[in-house]
Amino acid sequence: MSTDVIFGLCAAAAAGLGLYGVITQPHPLRTILSFNLLGGGIFLVFGAVARRGAAAGFSGDPVPQALVITGLVVAFAATALALMLLLRLSQATGSATLRPNDGAEAPNPSADR
Amino acid sequence: MLDQALAVTTTNTSFLLVLAIVTPVAGALIGFVIGGRAVAWIAYATLPVGVAIAAGICAALASARAPLEYLLGAWAPPLGIALRADGLSAVMIGVTALVVCAVAVYSSADFHPRRPEGETRAPFAWWILLLAVWSALNTVFVAGDLFTLYVALELLTFAAVPLVCLDGRPETFQAALRYLLFALLGSVLYLAGAALLYGATGTLDIVLLSRRLQAGPTTSVALVLMTVGLLAKTALFPLHLWLPPAHAGAPAPGSAILSALVVKGSFFITVRLWFDVMPDIPGLAAGQLLGSLGAAAILFGSVLALRQRRLKLLIAYSTLAQIGYLFLMVPLAFAPASGEIEHGGALSGGFMQAISHATAKAAMFLAAGSIYAGLGHDRLAQLGGAGRVAPIALLAFALGGLALVGVPTSGAYLAKDLLLGAAAETAQWWWAAVVQTGGAFTAAYLVLVLGHAFRPVPATAAPVARVPWLPQIAALSLALCSLMLGLIPWDTYLAIPEKSVGPTSVLKTLWATLWPLLAGALLAVLLAHRPPWPGVRMRARAEPAIGPLRNAMVALAGLLERLDVTLRQWPAAGLSLVLVAAAFSLAML
Repeated sequence: MSTDVIFGLCAAAAAGLGLYGVITQPHPLRTILSFNLLGGGIFLVFGAVARRGAAAGFSGDPVPQALVITGLVVAFAATALALMLLLRLSQATGSATLRPNDGAEAPNPSADR
Repeated sequence: MLDQALAVTTTNTSFLLVLAIVTPVAGALIGFVIGGRAVAWIAYATLPVGVAIAAGICAALASARAPLEYLLGAWAPPLGIALRADGLSAVMIGVTALVVCAVAVYSSADFHPRRPEGETRAPFAWWILLLAVWSALNTVFVAGDLFTLYVALELLTFAAVPLVCLDGRPETFQAALRYLLFALLGSVLYLAGAALLYGATGTLDIVLLSRRLQAGPTTSVALVLMTVGLLAKTALFPLHLWLPPAHAGAPAPGSAILSALVVKGSFFITVRLWFDVMPDIPGLAAGQLLGSLGAAAILFGSVLALRQRRLKLLIAYSTLAQIGYLFLMVPLAFAPASGEIEHGGALSGGFMQAISHATAKAAMFLAAGSIYAGLGHDRLAQLGGAGRVAPIALLAFALGGLALVGVPTSGAYLAKDLLLGAAAETAQWWWAAVVQTGGAFTAAYLVLVLGHAFRPVPATAAPVARVPWLPQIAALSLALCSLMLGLIPWDTYLAIPEKSVGPTSVLKTLWATLWPLLAGALLAVLLAHRPPWPGVRMRARAEPAIGPLRNAMVALAGLLERLDVTLRQWPAAGLSLVLVAAAFSLAML
């Protein structure tokens, strides 16, 4: 088994575990962490693609690495925004949950606009 | 259409594409640095420039009769990055500029820079986010490669999510967080697909990809991942868990932007992917599946909209139905002979629907905001007197609703015409039936809201605030725009088949307009919590007659409501995401 196949399999495993976590973890903080694992897996796929030289025929393709760096910045910004929202949510309600307590309607009609 | 793009050399006018992205960003950044009350003035200064650029792009495209292209740094793809604008881009850029301006005028009252009383944070954030959304949308519309589209999609999400919780109520933080997390899941799936495509072809440029891509498992998996990710961001049923609380919870101008424009961003990328990048890959089965999800969204969203007790939630659920309407064009766009997706009447119909919805739904959300401001609530059952406190807003709501139902001269009428024409051409009568049912449901919630608004007013009800006229005028002008969209000669930008513009008899047109309204009234009577009877006598006579039918319909709606509560649980939504992906994979096998 060559290195880039192992690399790709690890990427798939990380992405799969991350996806499982995003769907099943009840706590938003864990969801955010799982999302980062999922993203990490996909960046590894880019790494494996770069390692194979893609279709461009290089021994190591630099373009996917540039894409990964951009992707990392985006993922970092997303995590920061999500954590900030989570922080405000827990400050405002004293609990942090994604479970809607409203069914089809908001609990307090006068506050909802 | 994009195929011709590589032949086009970069001209001076195509620098407009860069300006369309850079101008709103520059406004947002300068506003961010200067801060305070100056932000609104900077936004006011940016708006006309942005509109001029959008008009310039539309005009340049009309005179060049070919897509515009700009190569960043003069590097050609695959190494460089290209910005391209075809007819679809121009239409969306134009409509975005229009809606952003109208919403800005509306919000100049709510988020006015000279308002004396305290809090400046919400106005500060609002103006910067508005410009950021605008810039992200323009990037989506002109991006020439899949990775730029990914970055644009993320920028759009980051700018849109805080709009949900602008007024800082606890439940809006939850709505925003759910929106953000689900959207992130969607864009990560999209990125995974992009990685696979790059691995297979060595490029992400749309034109190059469309030439190099070959059918195979890699391409199919990539298409499934990207499609499902984009559908999660567009909130197509059953992936809609974030939409109702987010769109109903945001302040009115925020809801208008989210509902009218933000969901169109990921919709546009889906169209790029299916129509431009890989028209020969999905196959008719996958197209039918996408259309079926759209049909399910229409039924589900419409019934739930009719069961709501609050105006903003009603509009939010109707957005859900209208998103489904946008995807009906996909199965109709397959050429019967080749089995490939084609640019044609169906695509134009879908885009007409998208821009009609953008203008009309923005008008309706803005009008709902004015009515809320006047009455102090938006409970449907107590909407009586809305016409007294905010008459222009109520008119805007009615006209926006009529434009969506599809009265002649409205964009939705043209869209319906094009979609029905495509359905007849490809011999798929069932999609024609769905298109007509969708129109009737749209009329149903219009009838329901107006029925409540024109109820006699109880003597005790007093308006809580005087509603300023300028925001109401902004809503009304958007509604009028939506009503006029059918009059514009679209064939410069969209492919309009000849026969659909021919003259038809007056009676036929009248009937095509009237029957959705009648069917809609019937649906409203059958499904609403408090049916809008025109009078007590009629109610007494008709209620026993339709009683059993109404009971059955309400029971059915109850089932859908329970399904909605289940689907909007986080794990259920994640699971349906996986299931939709599995279904698309099966359809493409």
